[in-house]
Amino acid sequence: MPQDTQPHKWKIENGLNGDFIFKGVTILFAFSILAILLLMLYEMSHESLPAIRKFGWSFVSGSEWDAVQSEFAALPYLYGSVVSSILALALATPLSVGTAIFITEIAPKKFGGLVAALVELLAAIPSVIYGLWGILVMAPWLQKTVQPFLIEHLGFLPFFQGAPYGVSMLAAVFILMIMIVPIITSITKEVLLAVPQSQKEAAIALGATRWEMIRTAMLPYGRSGILGAVILGLGRAIGETMAVTMVIGNNPQISLSLLSPAYTMPSVIANEFAETTSKLHASALMEIGLILLAVTLVINVLARLLLWGVTRQSGGNV
Amino acid sequence: MKIFSFRKLNNSVMTLSMVMATILVLVPLGLIFFHIMKMGLSSINLDFFVQIPKPTGETGGGMANGMAGTFVLIALASLIGLPVGILGAVYLVEYGGTRISAVIRFAADVLSGIPSIITGMVAYAMLVEPMKGFSALAGSLALSLIMVPIVLRTTEEQLKMVPDTLREASLALGVPLWRTSLKVTLRSAMKGVVTGILLAIARISGETAPLLFTALGNQFWSNKLTEPIAAMPLQIFTFAISPYEDWHRLAWAGALVLVTLMFGLSLSARYLGRTKQQS
Repeated sequence: MPQDTQPHKWKIENGLNGDFIFKGVTILFAFSILAILLLMLYEMSHESLPAIRKFGWSFVSGSEWDAVQSEFAALPYLYGSVVSSILALALATPLSVGTAIFITEIAPKKFGGLVAALVELLAAIPSVIYGLWGILVMAPWLQKTVQPFLIEHLGFLPFFQGAPYGVSMLAAVFILMIMIVPIITSITKEVLLAVPQSQKEAAIALGATRWEMIRTAMLPYGRSGILGAVILGLGRAIGETMAVTMVIGNNPQISLSLLSPAYTMPSVIANEFAETTSKLHASALMEIGLILLAVTLVINVLARLLLWGVTRQSGGNV
Repeated sequence: MKIFSFRKLNNSVMTLSMVMATILVLVPLGLIFFHIMKMGLSSINLDFFVQIPKPTGETGGGMANGMAGTFVLIALASLIGLPVGILGAVYLVEYGGTRISAVIRFAADVLSGIPSIITGMVAYAMLVEPMKGFSALAGSLALSLIMVPIVLRTTEEQLKMVPDTLREASLALGVPLWRTSLKVTLRSAMKGVVTGILLAIARISGETAPLLFTALGNQFWSNKLTEPIAAMPLQIFTFAISPYEDWHRLAWAGALVLVTLMFGLSLSARYLGRTKQQS
């Protein structure tokens, strides 16, 4: 630009041109991410204030949920969420880590890629379709075969007592397991791929078998990353709404038996929030949402911190 | 040489367990696909695409209003979410210092892990309560909250890959930074950005939980954005938990259409991503 020889004029033009506006707009949008997070926390806390004031700590220790009497306490939902997520995680973790090892170390490269793509397809299926499959296919199957079998052979344990309903804690655990396997698998895969070749070769050179190489060189190296993946899976499981709502039976009870129906925090929100009977009812549901938000925030921050180092090495697409 | 060795046996046993784990992971996937195909294909017909749901007890009907509703919700959510996500990413790459970018990136990652039902509650508090009614607008807002972090992160990754020499060439020709960002940087990363957009759309097209108490669903056609609107995932949910065989049939057909749509989006995203890497 010829005007550039005159510094003064250039400065004025610089102030007026699109750069200033453009930068302003992009700043606004970038910071809207932080704004959304803060807004979420604010709206949820603000809306749940009436319930917090009214019930205090008894909200998380009591088990009375009665919209008619305006008595709200959320322990059965907390219990349902925690038990279903932890059990699903316990089942999904070995399967996911095994699959990730299969993809990276055992399968031929092309075939491993195919398995990885299939697992990612599993992640793309919407929650409501898992629920549809769960309620119309899996739950009847559980009711007819698995649950009677469990009652007959393991019925002396408190975990397998009662009648076979189909929709139950067990169904929720299974559907959650299927749903969180993809996320744990794909992140663990990235973590394992980030293990330096030299580490693996060193183990092989010392005479390790393939499994010994995996156990001594790869898994310890990727420990924090895998832990991050598992915690991320936990966050997914706790927040999972539709599929669980459709198969868990939606009965707010605390029962040791995996065969009996239960209820989770997201499920009660999904079922009741559109038709609340009073301000307090809505506020109590908001408080459940706030607890859910707080728990998933902590879980996600923790998982991301654990994955931070790994993502920096492998380019960030985890 | 020892033929039998505990270590070799252990190795084989563990290898076998990995294979078993993989099979166990893939079996449900196969079953879900099998059932969606079997039940969906036997239930789908022309009526499904052109009719709205029949009242309880009558057979037939379709999900035409749900499909239209899902389309409207996605379009509106994109209108809100895409500019925010894409231009936010431009800020991170072109302007932001490393520390502030890291904070925003971290916040986006955390945000994408928040349960989608929470975004529905937030949209409810922001729009449904003040407007005294469920609406398509509130539904789109909830969906756009899910979209923003996904689009921001994928766009950012793509912009980072644009070589600095391109930016410098443009700036050296006297093009202002904002035009360089839009016409050079964003344009050369276009394929990757579109991939991210497709993935985000695929993700929100199946979201149900955030719509439950924002868009609410509608038995009929809706012609205003301030009214409740039907959406396919909502209809699948309602029909699946109903006791009627005929509604189950509709739910399976809906699932088939939705899964086809999402895999179409995912596959085209994957295809775009791949051609980019090769070139």
